[in-house]
Amino acid sequence: MSPRKTLATAKRVLRQLSHDHRTLALLFVVPPVLLTIFKYVFQNEPNTFNQLAPMLLGIFPMVMMFLVTSIATLRERTSGTLDRLMTMPIGKMDFIFGYALAFGLVALAQACIATGVMLGLLDVPVLGGTFPTIVCAVAAGLLGTSLGLFTSAFARSEFQAVQFMPAFILPQLLTCGLFIAREQMAQPLQWFANVMPLTYSVDAMKQITSNFEWTSELTHDLLIVGCYTVAALVLASLTIRRQD
Amino acid sequence: MENAVQIKNLSVTLPGAIEAIKNVSIELPSKKTVGIIGPSGAGKTTLVRSIVGRTRITSGEILVFGMKPGSAELRKQARYMTQELSVYPDLTIRENLNFFAIMSGQARKDLKKTLIEVLKAVDLTDKTDSLVSSLSGGQKQRVSLAIALIGSPKLMVLDEPTVGLDPVLRNKLWNLFAQLAKQGTTLVITSHSMDEAERCDDLVLLRNGQAIAHSTPADLKKHTGTKTIEESFLKLVGGQT
Repeated sequence: MSPRKTLATAKRVLRQLSHDHRTLALLFVVPPVLLTIFKYVFQNEPNTFNQLAPMLLGIFPMVMMFLVTSIATLRERTSGTLDRLMTMPIGKMDFIFGYALAFGLVALAQACIATGVMLGLLDVPVLGGTFPTIVCAVAAGLLGTSLGLFTSAFARSEFQAVQFMPAFILPQLLTCGLFIAREQMAQPLQWFANVMPLTYSVDAMKQITSNFEWTSELTHDLLIVGCYTVAALVLASLTIRRQD
Repeated sequence: MENAVQIKNLSVTLPGAIEAIKNVSIELPSKKTVGIIGPSGAGKTTLVRSIVGRTRITSGEILVFGMKPGSAELRKQARYMTQELSVYPDLTIRENLNFFAIMSGQARKDLKKTLIEVLKAVDLTDKTDSLVSSLSGGQKQRVSLAIALIGSPKLMVLDEPTVGLDPVLRNKLWNLFAQLAKQGTTLVITSHSMDEAERCDDLVLLRNGQAIAHSTPADLKKHTGTKTIEESFLKLVGGQT
């Protein structure tokens, strides 16, 4: 692995995005727009919205980064560019970390914008404040990126890759505690939720919403999200083979 | 060393139990243009992917300049141009070339020089800052070829580099291949076009995963008593492909 090649990969991925204005606009505009829509969906129940909004900020980045990353890496696999790269003097980790770095930065920008809109314009009271909210949203984005890198290995086409979103992400979304407290779900679903990463991303946002200080539960949640991210990156590197 | 690539009893079975290469033993000379010729489905792509180390071989042995395909040292000296375009359409030519130059280990100070050299070789200097997606098919193909030229590799493995190009451009590229070979590069080039076979220094005819002939174009025609490579091929396979 070489820092120069990792950085060059990250730069290249960002350059590709910078030529694609529509994708960039979607990445940065969609989360705040969705939050705004939600505010007016719950116009008669502002308290419900105030509780939901931060949780959504723990979900949107993951979903969006998952989709963008899985399509981007699928394209590398099908267009021959990954073939070419694997015959060059680069390490697999240059490729993986290059992507993680690039989309990590995109996730940071996305998190800053969405958090700014949520706290500034939509007046959602988050006791923990701006910084932990951004950290948590970025962690969710990185989780999505690493899961996207991994799962794209199992898609033969872009059709399949986009279907992984409802297949892998929606079950987590339904059980993560967004709709109802997890203790009230059927026991098997609680077990399921306990081992799914999105649960911890949403839990972290709940911690930030209701605590002024950085709690040990928050550290715990973020650590778990981080472990899933690292594990998915390792698994992703196993799916990229020098030889097929 | 006399031979660039030594292949001994190579067999490759692809997923789905497809026997793509069946017990092929050939030695490819260095500093020549070597054509791997055959109808589609003959195993050309599998053979070249084995040479660059992208395909796992089932049995037999390949040595490239005495090294194992895909080894770290060989990856510095060999370049592979896949049949797919293998360039980033949403980047400019310059961005593509600079990226792949860094990946192939070029020093930062050489990037500019490399860019000018390889673009001149494929005649795309005036398009340096165009997005690849805005180029014509033939131009995209040449960008892909330009990437394979970066760093003057010892071995270039080109999978159907001229497919779909007009005759003028094809002629230009074959002149470029001949010139590169003269300068010391070994080129392994696949093609299903028999008239392109005439332009190679050395030929391997593949059919159904087997090497049915290996010689220079002139010797092949003499041996089979025919005037063109196409006739030689048909004669060798008994009129059926």
